[in-house]
Amino acid sequence: MHIKILGPGCTNCANLERVTREAAAELGLDATFEKVTDYGAIAGYGVMRTPGLVVDEALLMSGRVPTASAVKELLAPLA
Amino acid sequence: MAVMERVHRATPLERWAGLGAAALGWWALYSVNLPFWDWLLRDVVGLDLETRLGSGIHFFLYDTVKILLLLAGIIFLVTVLRSFMSVERTRAILGGRREGVGNVAAAALGVVTPFCSCSAVPAFIGFVAAGVPVGVTLSFLIASPLVNEVAIALLLGLFGWGPTLLYIGAGLTIAIVAGFILGRMRPERWIEPFVFETTLGGQAVDPGYALTWNDRVQMGLEEVRDILKKIWPYLLVGIGIGAAIHGWAPEQWFADHAGPENLLAVPLAVLLGVPLYSNAAGVLPMVEALFDKGLPMGTLLAFMMATVALSLPEMILLRRVLKPQLIGLFIAVVTVGIVAVGYLFNAVLPA
Repeated sequence: MHIKILGPGCTNCANLERVTREAAAELGLDATFEKVTDYGAIAGYGVMRTPGLVVDEALLMSGRVPTASAVKELLAPLA
Repeated sequence: MAVMERVHRATPLERWAGLGAAALGWWALYSVNLPFWDWLLRDVVGLDLETRLGSGIHFFLYDTVKILLLLAGIIFLVTVLRSFMSVERTRAILGGRREGVGNVAAAALGVVTPFCSCSAVPAFIGFVAAGVPVGVTLSFLIASPLVNEVAIALLLGLFGWGPTLLYIGAGLTIAIVAGFILGRMRPERWIEPFVFETTLGGQAVDPGYALTWNDRVQMGLEEVRDILKKIWPYLLVGIGIGAAIHGWAPEQWFADHAGPENLLAVPLAVLLGVPLYSNAAGVLPMVEALFDKGLPMGTLLAFMMATVALSLPEMILLRRVLKPQLIGLFIAVVTVGIVAVGYLFNAVLPA
């Protein structure tokens, strides 16, 4: 599973990455992480509010930092 | 985090009971705020509230609690209501509009769409690449910080409905007119070319879609926490300056130098406000204290608008997508609009 965190490097993006890593670890997922900071690339995923969470090229969520358990619920069906 | 987890799992009954209890607690705190500080400072500490020091300290403590309560309550309500809107939906509404009608719609949507100017760049790219005219997009970007929930909450709490509605009307007018004028100047030539080359791939997910009430309540709580965390230093400095003005600033000096007769007061206030980076929470306590000293409302609202609408950090962010010429014009047009509004209010409102 390839997870991308979209955002220019704001606190929200760091928080999103933290909760996503937490959720992936709890689910025991074999995930690689990548930060996408380029605005053109971010907008390319259709994100207009950062941060955004992309898993295997599909945008799952944008505009807010969910709790780790909410991310778990998002990631579980994709495992 | 524990609170958020509990909200996340709350049953409907728990949720409404919790909200009801929170509303009651809020109302109780708001009601005892003034009598409490009167009692503590006058009867317990023995301060004379008529003296400069006494009234300054009273102003600081009472205002801090009042403003924090107002902010928490209104940010929560606005965030829950706004969770029914999204930037994606706003873009879809604006997609087919021509300039003119589009500017009006964009300014109105700028008020109701959940948005932070930290996302100005991706939103700008998303709007323009999807075919929303540049001027219409700018109307949205001007209205969003200018007419925001923090400003509305505080204006309403400190000055009542009249000045609040005037402020909202003026903010919308500035956003509509400025966006329209900038749109007439063929602004496309001053936009970084990569914006037009961006192809919007992927399936846009609408964050407002499929949210449960628990999600909305949780978003409201998170927003209150995040905004208060971000603005409390501004708030304390602002209230501190307000308290100092309240206790020490000479009324006569302000009346002589910054009263309605001084025609330079409005542009000076705006020029002072533009480089000042603060937000409504930092500025309004000062505005309140200066209003008590007899400064006219138009001058004060113009100062406040200049502070919240144009900020250096946002301009630096926008530089990624706008060339310096357009940033310069953007600042100039909005500044002129704010000065005009200041004069208008001073002429219309009784001092």
